[in-house]
This record gives sequence, structure tokens and C-alpha cells, in this order.
Amino acid sequence: MSNSISHANTPFDGYVTVSEDAPSGMLTLRGDLSSKPFVTALKKSVSTDMPASCQIVHDGQMSVGWMSPDELLILTAYDQVAGLEAGLRKSLGKRHFLVADVSDARVSFTLSGDKVREVIAKLAPVDLAPGHFAPGAFRRTRFGQISAAFWLISETEARVICFRSVAEFMFNQLSTAAHLGGEVDLWS
Amino acid sequence: MLILNCPYCGVDAEETELSPGGEAHLKRYGPGSSDADFEDYLFQRENPKGVHFERWRHANGCGKWFHAARCTMTLEVFGTYEAQSLEPPKSIQKAISKKRPGWSWREFS
Repeated sequence: MSNSISHANTPFDGYVTVSEDAPSGMLTLRGDLSSKPFVTALKKSVSTDMPASCQIVHDGQMSVGWMSPDELLILTAYDQVAGLEAGLRKSLGKRHFLVADVSDARVSFTLSGDKVREVIAKLAPVDLAPGHFAPGAFRRTRFGQISAAFWLISETEARVICFRSVAEFMFNQLSTAAHLGGEVDLWS
Repeated sequence: MLILNCPYCGVDAEETELSPGGEAHLKRYGPGSSDADFEDYLFQRENPKGVHFERWRHANGCGKWFHAARCTMTLEVFGTYEAQSLEPPKSIQKAISKKRPGWSWREFS
């Protein structure tokens, strides 16, 4: 694993706080998720339930997000990712699958504050009105012109992930959207 | 603004989340085919005012290719369907016939 460099050592304090998270372990898993034997084998290593389409499920430190009909994103602690990857390779055995450690390829940000929905809505073409996007939903989309995914942890906290190569751009645009004085008060 | 429902993830994705893939249901003829067939495959495209079938990719979402049936004049979307189909599903053809009686597009009508 490489030494990751943080783009934002100090969180940005606007009307929503934007902070870069400590490195977390991320695995990309591709395979036939509609196959029951595949999912059974998967569950030997993954403690959570399988997420439904466009959902994310959590169990302790582990989260599993639905990326596409044949792709999952497994989030875990940074130091446990190698063990989990080995475990997945063992339990999936000779089935057709792909597992890759993408911990260092991506970066995650946490937004916290009462108006996290509003800050995300400024950047992504997603209906974030309360009742339309609930905690537990997982959405891949774009933020400005870069691809990203996000989910709500609670009504006042959200997590955004994107490629590390565009982390600085993401931090800057999230900070701009969260700037004090930029409140729209759309849903308050 | 064009809003298409991705048949793979079910998300109502707007145009900026998608990337266009040109005309749908192009047929590439195999070995032994004529130069004219190859020319058709490479260059000949429909440019209708009205019902049109296109390929789109949910590029900033689930990343899957899919087909969309829409009207180029009103931007009305008749439906979206899987990329693994050689022709528009009957349900979509029926929906188009209801709204645009007498429509035709290549060999479909």
C-alpha cells in the first residue's frame, strides 16, 4: 500500500463542515450478484446483508454499497482490507469474479451539518428532497463534472467518495457549496 | 432537459449523468457481406424528426449501456430498455403506436 497524501488536512467550516476522512479500506467486487450460490459464498466473508439496488447496508465497521447490477463496493477498516480480500478470494473460489483493493484509489469526505442535503443538491443532479433520498440510499452520480458516489449517514451527515486524483477539486467544490452566506434554505 | 430511466439501476438520470452512444440497433454484417452493407453499417444513419431509437450509457452512474426510444421533436421519452435486445420490446412499440400512429423507423413500425 502506498502512503496516501491528504489534500485537506484541516476541515472546512462553512454552514456545513467538509472534512476528508482518514483512509478507509475499499474493495471493488464484481460478479453475478443475481446468483444465489455466489451470494452464499460471498456471505462467508461479508457480514452485512446484500444491499438492494441503489442501497447501502452497514454492519459495524463494514458497509456494502450497490454500485451496479454486477458490482459492489465493500468498505471496511483500512488495516482489515488485505485480510478481507484474501477471505473473499478463498470463499469465492473458482467462481467467476473480480476483487480489487481500491482503498488508495479513492478518497472519502464527510459532510456534517443541518443542511447537508442542500450542499449535495447544489452539485449533483439528484432529487435530495426529504422523503426522496433517505439514509440507506446509495447513489452514483456526478458532482460538478467529476464522478462520485454518496450516501446519507443521518439527516445531518453524509459521505461522498470520489477518485483520489480529483480529491482536491472535490474538496474545493464542496467547500464552495458549503460557504457561509451560500445558504439556500430550500428545505428548512 | 432529457430525463431517462436507467433500466439497470432504476434511477431517473438526467442528461448530464449520461453519455450518448448514437443510433440503436445497428447491424454489422459478417464475413462475405458486400461493401454496401459495410458502408451502411459505418455511415448511414437515421435522422428522423419524430420517433428515434438511441443508445445511451449511464456513465456517471451504474456504467451500463441501455436503449431509449424517444421523440426528437418533443423530447418525449417512450421508454428505455436493455442493451441486450435486437429490437424494441413490444410494449414500447405499442406505446409509440398509441401516441404516434403510423410511425416507422428503419424496419420497425
